[in-house]
Amino acid sequence: MEQKEILLQLNQIFSDILDNTSIVITEISRAKDIEEWDSLNNIQLVVAIEKHFKIKFTTLEIQNWKNVGEMCHSIQKRLQK
Amino acid sequence: MLSFNELKIFYGKKTKSNSVPVKIALLTDSSTQLLAQAITGFGVFNDCDYELWQADYNQIDLQIYDNNSALYKFKPDYIIVLRSSEHLLNTFYKTGVNVRENFAAVEINRFENLIQTISANTTCKIITNTYPEINDAVFGNYAAKVVASFIYQIRKLNLSIMDLAQQHENLLLLDMASLVAEKGYCHSFDSKLYVTADMVYNLEILPVIAQNIHSIIQAAESRFKKCLIVDLDNTLWGGVIGDDGLEGIQIGNLGIGKAFSEFQLWIKELKQRGIIIAVCSKNTEAVAKEPFEKHPDMELRLDDIALFVANWESKADNIKHIQQILQIGFDSMVFLDDNIFEREMVRKAIPEVTIPDLPEDPVDYLMYLRTLNLFETASFINEDEGRTKQYQEEAKRVVFQKTFEAESDFLKNLEMVSEISSFNSFSIPRIAQLCQRSNQFNLRTQRYTETELKQLTENNDYFTLSFSLADKFGNHGLIAAIILKKENKNTLFIENWIMSCRVLTRGMEQFSLHAITQLACKNKFSMLKGEYLPTTKNGLVKDHYLKLGFNYIEGFWQMNLNESNFINQTYIQPK
Repeated sequence: MEQKEILLQLNQIFSDILDNTSIVITEISRAKDIEEWDSLNNIQLVVAIEKHFKIKFTTLEIQNWKNVGEMCHSIQKRLQK
Repeated sequence: MLSFNELKIFYGKKTKSNSVPVKIALLTDSSTQLLAQAITGFGVFNDCDYELWQADYNQIDLQIYDNNSALYKFKPDYIIVLRSSEHLLNTFYKTGVNVRENFAAVEINRFENLIQTISANTTCKIITNTYPEINDAVFGNYAAKVVASFIYQIRKLNLSIMDLAQQHENLLLLDMASLVAEKGYCHSFDSKLYVTADMVYNLEILPVIAQNIHSIIQAAESRFKKCLIVDLDNTLWGGVIGDDGLEGIQIGNLGIGKAFSEFQLWIKELKQRGIIIAVCSKNTEAVAKEPFEKHPDMELRLDDIALFVANWESKADNIKHIQQILQIGFDSMVFLDDNIFEREMVRKAIPEVTIPDLPEDPVDYLMYLRTLNLFETASFINEDEGRTKQYQEEAKRVVFQKTFEAESDFLKNLEMVSEISSFNSFSIPRIAQLCQRSNQFNLRTQRYTETELKQLTENNDYFTLSFSLADKFGNHGLIAAIILKKENKNTLFIENWIMSCRVLTRGMEQFSLHAITQLACKNKFSMLKGEYLPTTKNGLVKDHYLKLGFNYIEGFWQMNLNESNFINQTYIQPK
């Protein structure tokens, strides 16, 4: 799957979980840029992303994400496996 | 079942009704923010207001042992104490190997101290969990044979917690061990969440826990199911009795009859626990009754069914008829029907009735209904079993009544006898249950526990009256209770007056008032004072005191006993 397509699907997950349809995420978005993206919601986001793409991240991998772009990269890598 | 995400959206909303919120304090040994959201959200979804207070992380002992703590200042109605198997396992590993055989005993002692401390500080109810079982694979299956293994001790601890709940009436259990067994540990626990956030429940099990806590609280608040109404063809047996005939319906060994036999056994268990079973079927009555009378493999028989309604009228009308005889709220009824069309019709006509969408395949009925946990209860006494008989008698009374033109002729011929007594150790469990169950005929909706009732009987400022009623068709048992409090030397205050709705319109209200006035005169009171506190359910008794001749003065209903010359004008004889 292309990074662009992944980002599109991620955007949908973000608006669902954060209950905000106006959210637009880009590769450089970080948690502190989006008001609703706190540590509790992050738990839900990760569970939802894993479920949606039918993948599993490692906990260290999640810890190291600095922005949405790195998140997409992780997803892409796991989808290729 | 709603997902956690859906519950979270409800969490942000408000309930429609303006009822007084139930105050819940949540004390846990793990992170609970998401659980708190799930419980509150589940409440909003069901239009119940929960006001939740959470202790800071891992403060169970601190909050409970400090009698000035924020916990007690919050004045909760319920204290929920949740402890996790994961933390218990850590404690276990830090326990010396030589004393592990006593691990469960030490833990239950610690816990009993907590319960006693809470009970000394507040009268609220406590909900705690049993522990999901974890086999830590140190001994393999052999652990079940080793007293000093974790699995042995956690099972022993679970049994001890259940035993403890027998002794403490205010201790209710959230049976996490069963809930996790049903879902599977790997579907209830997520190592990632545990390690990074110290959460011991994953997002899948959170709604299940919220649902069960909600059911326990609702049952304790006297909102629970009392009646199960079942369809017959393809619900209680396979096939159509009118077409397939007695030999052709699938029950017992025929076809998938096993599914229906086991389903019937389950319904019979519910009946024995005190759930009223009624039949509502589109059939000719004689044809519909035939399997109950003649089929050797039927588990349910006619005497298990309190009300048997089989005709060709609409099911909604028939359910309304059942409700009139039983005199219970529609919201305490469950209706089971395999036919989606019938379900929709009833749902539209009577939205309060709970109508599960039965799975298409009858073999799945039982598993599905178990997961819904429709029949949560907060009490059980053996007398519950006799209820079916009482309702069968009631159905006979209704037929008998139709033979009289005047209501008074019917009442005269009922040959009613009532026994009046003050509360005693035999009647107190039944009265406590009446306090829990009565929502409609309940003037001040004060709920008393057995312990509280016992204390009333020992208090010189209180007088108590209980009433039983029997007539030519049978015995209603204990049907009314009145708690009277000396306000001053002249005035006797009616602290609560509750009655079972089954005996409405028999003159029981007037008969009870007569007993109160006799008691009041004997104890030299000159004034009776009553109060009606409205709830969403007790509109029935709004004019109760007005009808009995009380005067409304400054928010209370009063009756001057010097003026009233009261004689028993009812058709009820004292025993």
